[in-house]
Amino acid sequence: MLAFKFWPGRRFVIGVPFLWLLVFFVLPCLILLRISITDMGSGVNPFAPLFDSADGVWRFFLKYDNYVAIFWDARAGFGQTIYMDAYATSLKYASFTTLLCLLIGYPFAYFIARAKPSIRPALLMLVMLPFWTSFLLRVYAWKGILADQGVLNNALMALGLINQPIQMLYTDISMLVGMTYVYLPFMVLPLYATLAKMDLSLLEAAHDLGASPWQAFWLITVPLSKAGIISGAMLVFIPSIGEFVIPSLLGGAENITIGRVVWDEMFSSNNWPRASALAVVMIFLILFPLALYYHYSAKQSSTLGVKGGA
Amino acid sequence: MNPPAARTLGFLRAEGLVKRFDDVAAVDEVSLSVNKGEIFALLGSSGCGKSTLLRMLAGFEVPTSGTVTLDGVEIASLPPYERPINMMFQSYALFPHLSVWDNIAFGLKREGLPKAEISERVEDMLRLVQLTAFAKRKPHQLSGGQQQRVALARSLAKRPQLLLLDEPLGALDKKLREQTQFELVNIIESVGVTCVMVTHDQEEAMSMASRIAVMSEGRVLQVGTPREIYEHPNCRFVADFIGQANLFDGVLSLDEPDRCEISTPEGVIHVGHGITGIPGMTLSLAVRPEKINIAKSRPDVAHNLFTGTVREIAYFGSYSTFVVDMPSGKSVKITEGNTARQDLSGITWNDSVFFWWSDSAAVTLSS
Repeated sequence: MLAFKFWPGRRFVIGVPFLWLLVFFVLPCLILLRISITDMGSGVNPFAPLFDSADGVWRFFLKYDNYVAIFWDARAGFGQTIYMDAYATSLKYASFTTLLCLLIGYPFAYFIARAKPSIRPALLMLVMLPFWTSFLLRVYAWKGILADQGVLNNALMALGLINQPIQMLYTDISMLVGMTYVYLPFMVLPLYATLAKMDLSLLEAAHDLGASPWQAFWLITVPLSKAGIISGAMLVFIPSIGEFVIPSLLGGAENITIGRVVWDEMFSSNNWPRASALAVVMIFLILFPLALYYHYSAKQSSTLGVKGGA
Repeated sequence: MNPPAARTLGFLRAEGLVKRFDDVAAVDEVSLSVNKGEIFALLGSSGCGKSTLLRMLAGFEVPTSGTVTLDGVEIASLPPYERPINMMFQSYALFPHLSVWDNIAFGLKREGLPKAEISERVEDMLRLVQLTAFAKRKPHQLSGGQQQRVALARSLAKRPQLLLLDEPLGALDKKLREQTQFELVNIIESVGVTCVMVTHDQEEAMSMASRIAVMSEGRVLQVGTPREIYEHPNCRFVADFIGQANLFDGVLSLDEPDRCEISTPEGVIHVGHGITGIPGMTLSLAVRPEKINIAKSRPDVAHNLFTGTVREIAYFGSYSTFVVDMPSGKSVKITEGNTARQDLSGITWNDSVFFWWSDSAAVTLSS
């Protein structure tokens, strides 16, 4: 360890990714913040100076109008803005997606973790297989499946189960199907990691003490996989809040998510400051509480999964 | 109020138990009878099937064939959570997310006992293992010895009819082991529960158990009290496995009611009892190292006197071990208690020595 401590390469190895994040994550965030407090409206240079001291008097051009507009509408009042609606819609879809991924992913991960060690790599490979094709292609494929004249409706009609096509595309169904499908592997992999390293003698101990298999699952397996549930939920929830592609391709006119609103402000209205302000609010509203929660539960869960004895 | 004698003897009975994994018989036709209130040890080296046998008693493995009855009730077909049996795991298997209190209460809650009774029984258990002050701690905040006591308390909390211990002291270091094994026996005896333990450590088995079953390759070779299996092993394996033994192979040359003689390449060995064998049959003899005397000068004994050269001496504090090479090439291990602080024997490396044992010291083994 001593040699390792003084190895100069250690700082380098840690330093390079940090530098990368600084340049390509922290700086863009700061630029975003800076744009969000410039004058609103289209056609204005978003990089106009924030202050001016040419004549010896300091003048600041800090504008908070962009932020006010997010929360307050002159006619409807506080909270009654299309932006707040879009945040709420995004939160709703992200929550349902996370829940669906958990419900589908948990048994999935559980049975991979309990499968014979020899076939586990193959099963994990299958989980990751969709990543081998383009994300866009896979989302488009769902259009073909869910459309009125799509694979699913045609199949149901051929079987005589329905008389006319069910509208599935551009509804909540298609949104949730697409999001759940895309983010499922992000739930399965962390869950698998925690479930696979669980000490199985704990389950035997639970059975020994009178717990039925179902009770042992709820009282031992689920609490001990809390860390995996949390990180899986984070990996699904956070990106699905800002998801833009799936709502645009599979969502209907009423499924206005914050990702679509930011896109519209940025590229249709050409209102960079407003788009930036929306992004900044999203970061503060969602990521900070989640980061704190994650930090807290990571601390707590690090003490779990410790095997008793030697 | 004592239970009827029939129930006391053979409280736990295993008959013709077999467990095959694929084609390998891990447990092969084992029959056992454990009496009520006794501590019964399954002793053997790793892979001898003792753990599989214990897991069948607990219900984690389903026997390929055979029956297990507890207090007259057939239990082999019951799942573990329906057996009145609790086990203390080798790794303790304490639930890491639950406090000491909740670990002990786990089994009681599954029984659906009233809250007041649960807390009363948990408090009793905590007092029994002297961990009342640690009730709120999580398992990882306890030392190895404390974890072991929590595991014991948890397995006793449901007042099982049978307690199973899997290598109960295996995870503790040597010093803590000696102290813990007496503590463990005291607690088990104060509760009065029938106990089957598995161990590979013969000292542990001998000091804790009232009876021991020595196992090898899935079979039980001998069942007896610690003294019986040490002093009267019934086969070469047991003689060699339990403690140390010098084994001599020979042929029965004389067999009378009160004595017999076995001719070995090392010389004729006298045994002070008859064995009702056929003269000419091959026999083995086991002589424990501590039952052999060693001296530089020729003692005045009639039988079982041999000579050799000291090859090795090892001083262990309370005793010393000598390895003596006999003229035939055979090495014999001899231990002498160091009863005085000075070295009285004066024996050193390469000395020619005499060694001998009494007529009753050797055990004859026919297999």
